Amino acid sequence: MRACLLPMACGLALLSALPLAGACARAAGPLRAVISVDGSSTVYPLTEAMAEQFQRVAPGARVTIGIAGTGGGLRRLCRGGLDLAAASRPITGGEADACASADVSFIELPIALDGITVAVHPSNHWVRHLTVDDLRRLWRHQAEGRMMRWSQLRAEYPDREIHLFGAGVGSGTFDYFTSVVTGAPRDSRGDYTSSEDDNTLVQGVAGDPYALGYFGFAYYEAHQEHLRAVPIQAGDGTPAVLPTRETIRSGAYRPLARPVFLYVNARSLDRDDVRHFVDYYTTHVGDLANDVGYVPLDGRVLAAVRGRLAARRTGSLYDGHDGAATLTLAARLGVESR
Amino acid sequence: MTARTRQLAERMIEHALWACAGLSILVTIGIVGVLAWETAAFLAEVSPLAFLTGRTWTPLFYNQSFGVLPIVAGTVLVATIAMLVAVPAGLTSALYLSEYASPQVRRVAKPALELLAGVPTVVYGYFALLVVTPWLRTWIPGLAGFNALAPGLVMGLMILPLVASLSDDACTAVPRSLREGAFALGATRLQAARGVVLPAAMSGISAAVVLAISRAIGETMIVAIAAGQQPRLTANPLVPIETMTTYIVQVSRGDVPTGTLEYRTIFAVGMLLFVGTFTLNVGSDWLRRRMPGGRR
Repeated sequence: MRACLLPMACGLALLSALPLAGACARAAGPLRAVISVDGSSTVYPLTEAMAEQFQRVAPGARVTIGIAGTGGGLRRLCRGGLDLAAASRPITGGEADACASADVSFIELPIALDGITVAVHPSNHWVRHLTVDDLRRLWRHQAEGRMMRWSQLRAEYPDREIHLFGAGVGSGTFDYFTSVVTGAPRDSRGDYTSSEDDNTLVQGVAGDPYALGYFGFAYYEAHQEHLRAVPIQAGDGTPAVLPTRETIRSGAYRPLARPVFLYVNARSLDRDDVRHFVDYYTTHVGDLANDVGYVPLDGRVLAAVRGRLAARRTGSLYDGHDGAATLTLAARLGVESR
Repeated sequence: MTARTRQLAERMIEHALWACAGLSILVTIGIVGVLAWETAAFLAEVSPLAFLTGRTWTPLFYNQSFGVLPIVAGTVLVATIAMLVAVPAGLTSALYLSEYASPQVRRVAKPALELLAGVPTVVYGYFALLVVTPWLRTWIPGLAGFNALAPGLVMGLMILPLVASLSDDACTAVPRSLREGAFALGATRLQAARGVVLPAAMSGISAAVVLAISRAIGETMIVAIAAGQQPRLTANPLVPIETMTTYIVQVSRGDVPTGTLEYRTIFAVGMLLFVGTFTLNVGSDWLRRRMPGGRR
């Protein structure tokens, strides 16, 4: 009996390898090819909505979207294994170098604005607003194992354990949040529930009265009834600002508002389906961004982005500078005088 | 077909079978080899003592520390809860099936129970997260959205058929004459089951339990979905924790560059898991060989 099973198992192994080979063969054909997207889970709802619409107007096209996190997506892009990478922060110098050494050039397309939202459970009545300094004291690496209770943040808060939920180290939200809040990219405490998947974070905060978490505005807006956003005060004397579409667009929601990006493998643009998808994406992203919780870019900014795509301008506007934006996106694109 | 071609065909089949068997052994050796290799590279940089006895696990963060105890504690906590469900429930079902159930009931009940084992673990995971946790919260108001309790209970449900089925086999293997002897002395069914069948089947039942523990420790999907991702050295089942398997999933899904120390942590954790489940499986095998009627 055992002797019979083994060849069967071997045969099965061979059979299961066959569809893989078939998929590879299909990918070579221009029509049935799959447009592969991976990267930020914060940008995922937008890309998913765009892909759904696109597949309606171009029924032959197939788009697969992963959520490995910004870093994971960009690394796959720079190995040449991906058509598009979604990112919730600009590409870093190190990542751009990896692209260059693998002979992969990319086109950087800012597609919308997002505001990282700090949220608590709706039954949390004690947090009225938080300053960036509060966030820094809570999230910096020195807080690890020490800042464990709400009362340690401010004396008037309840003496209960604080449960933290935040972006995983592979996510662009993590890079951006740490660099503007703690002052150094990737400087963060480690004793919190970390996930690259914003849904996990939303579920965690929505299910825990003593939780505090941060994630993309889109996820907050989609689950508003289960969460409460905390107004953020950028510095002394400035008012605390709640993340809304208006405050994110105007830049009043500082410092947690930021653009999100699509990075396109320049070689993939030679494929018709990828070119059509990116073209469709940049044309219609403004209409859809609102529906899925992002803030559309200003019309002139989006026109400049489309200009970059048409000219196939490769490289990053951010020139590999890590960390927080000091210039507005419009200024970088040259549609606004400084 | 001449005798020679037949002989040739036989030989070829034999070689093909040998190659297949050899392949699976080679793959096993390869996996263990890679695990050992990467673990050795990891332990060259982190002392084994710090790894095995450290109380904080933050390999991916600014304050790196490589104490594996918090995720071991998470694994043990969830597995304990699972066993608290699976062992009593599994044993009683096994006793019922072997001592009380009529053959007709047994014919229906046993496959029905084993159906539980066929449910995909991802379904169990979302069941724990979206059904069991909210339900538990009506009793325990302080329960966090991710916790060890709900996945532990659901995992217990998942390994219940394993315990029940293997224990049932062990009980059925107890010779009829022993039971009849007990009945002849005037024992009731319960007395015969408790006083004769259970002790006689004990090694088989222990084997089932040990195998179930090993299943619980290696289970991934349920805890990855419902238990949270926060390494925490605690025995409190109401807060988010992280198990060893969840940690491996988290790192493999994320962004850690290959070849770095951070990346090697998953091999070290995997090795620890492997050693744990391997020991348990060997132990279970040893117990089963001591089972009456199970000597082979």
